[in-house]
Amino acid sequence: MDDNLVIGGKSLSSRLFIGTGKYSTDAMIPEIVKRSGSQVITVALRRVDFNSATGNVMDHIPTSMQLLPNTSGARNAEEAIRIARLAKAAGCGNWIKIEVISDNKYLLPDGYETIKATEVLAAEGFVVLPYISPDLMVAKKLVQVGAAAVMPLGAPIGTNRGLKTKELLKILIEEISVPIIVDAGIGKPSDACEAMEMGAAACLLNTAIASANHPGLMAEAFGLAVVAGRKAYLAGLGGTHQYASPSSPLTGFLNE
Amino acid sequence: MSFYDEYTRYSEVDIDAVLESTTSDQVLKIIGKDRLTAMDFLALLSPAAEKHLEIMAQRAHQLTMQNFGRVIFLFTPIYLSDYCTNKCVYCGFNVTNTFTRKKLTLSEVEREAQSIAASGLKHILLLTGDAPTIAGVAYIKECAQILQKYFTAIAIEVYAMDTEEYASLIDSGVESMTMFQETYNPLLYDRLHLAGPKKDYRYRLDAPERACQAGIRSVNLGALLGLDQWRRDGFFVGLHTDYLQNKYSDVEVSLSLPRIRPTMGQCETGLTVNDKSMVQFMTAFRLFMPRAGITLSTRENAEFRNHAIQLGVTKMSAGVNTAVGGHIESQENSGQFEISDNRSVAQMCEAILKLGYQPVFKDWQII
Repeated sequence: MDDNLVIGGKSLSSRLFIGTGKYSTDAMIPEIVKRSGSQVITVALRRVDFNSATGNVMDHIPTSMQLLPNTSGARNAEEAIRIARLAKAAGCGNWIKIEVISDNKYLLPDGYETIKATEVLAAEGFVVLPYISPDLMVAKKLVQVGAAAVMPLGAPIGTNRGLKTKELLKILIEEISVPIIVDAGIGKPSDACEAMEMGAAACLLNTAIASANHPGLMAEAFGLAVVAGRKAYLAGLGGTHQYASPSSPLTGFLNE
Repeated sequence: MSFYDEYTRYSEVDIDAVLESTTSDQVLKIIGKDRLTAMDFLALLSPAAEKHLEIMAQRAHQLTMQNFGRVIFLFTPIYLSDYCTNKCVYCGFNVTNTFTRKKLTLSEVEREAQSIAASGLKHILLLTGDAPTIAGVAYIKECAQILQKYFTAIAIEVYAMDTEEYASLIDSGVESMTMFQETYNPLLYDRLHLAGPKKDYRYRLDAPERACQAGIRSVNLGALLGLDQWRRDGFFVGLHTDYLQNKYSDVEVSLSLPRIRPTMGQCETGLTVNDKSMVQFMTAFRLFMPRAGITLSTRENAEFRNHAIQLGVTKMSAGVNTAVGGHIESQENSGQFEISDNRSVAQMCEAILKLGYQPVFKDWQII
């Protein structure tokens, strides 16, 4: 059965998106890509030095990967739009992860500015994947203005705390017509697995792999977890019960 | 409302008494907390916390890994002019020091920039003394425009300016500013800054806030450790950083940890800040502000800087020459202060890689 995820006309067999930040060396990236099985990788344009004589992070990204440049560092829609256009002009393709953060304390995204940037960039033909707090109305407006997917956070970025926003994520998965990709906060493979079991279309994570003692092994673990969670979702989870039910102590008399 | 009001409020606290009365148990509880209050931060600067430096260091390391990863950002300063109208007793640029002063011509700025850029660095910190009639805003703007050709991010460490002046420099591509209050103790400040515009404590104190209001992207603060008791100045510079982060949340804040060095001037404060105290300060600050950058300059020696990489530092200078024009020709004066880590950019990169970290040259570009 073909269970590919289609975004922006691209069909993806892997539902794990990965990042490029926080590694002790960019040379580690090919191993992370290979062991995770991921096909989409996000990269902060602010870090890429296209004029470097000694190379840059892009040299380590396998050409088969779908690049997802992000607008890290943008404080408002205008800056995000400018960064997206620079990324496209630099040859990074037309996918863009909108990340507008005007809160440097918790790194929580600015929904209003994100909607504005998404509207402009989607109209310009970008495949826009906006990063948001899991807010239903923001997500709905993003769909209206052309977002190709919506990427709500599971917990504040970089915290590895897991699906702290689980109840809100469930609502988004239920109500939003485009793919929901859980982005940020996923700390353990079991978190990613749980997000996929809930029906998330994919997971995006970086810190949990980059900060592991053995990033390659952790990348593999996340790859497996996402596959397991997806299969469980497709299989349909059995309902859960609060009490064991070996017999019918209250209604058994009806059958006597 | 400015940080001065916050400073005044905390000045009423008997800081010495809090530092002395903090217990080991209190320190341990604070280290385990998710979010620290200002008073928690003060407790981590106490003598009682010295016993727990290893646990503080481990927590600081973990928070830094989580928020920044295994990377160290590199930059270098470019000294444009050492003309100065201030009489600061601890500084080599002091107006009463007799040496041949120099201001780079624009073609010299270009040559210096080319020389520095050859190392691969992309972030530059532009410095001048405090002499607006010689090296003022118009000159700094011209220099910034030249530097834009070679670097992707330009920071300034110059005299305190008004909001319009900061806005004008931001328009010319300046994205970051560094401002050291030197000491937060107004009485001591007055004694150390004998004359010149810098004598105005309050104007300098509010300068970073004016830059935030002008729309700067990032602000880096510092207290020159060793002027006053480091625990007091460390506390106040931490509070100042926190104040700006809370009030201007779109600005990236960071902290430098300059420890006083021998200069051409004379300064007898009688206070020393040893390595242990430096580690206590940097780890306490990391626990207080997990998201803030920490910068360590070449005032510190190579060995200490190598250790500090694992203790919360996120940004370092490399290939430094503190003399005006020092990258294109040898200068007779030794610069603003003596440096202790003479490693080239390539040597710094090698050392950082050896410690299992990635040296990062570019973390922003003018957009």
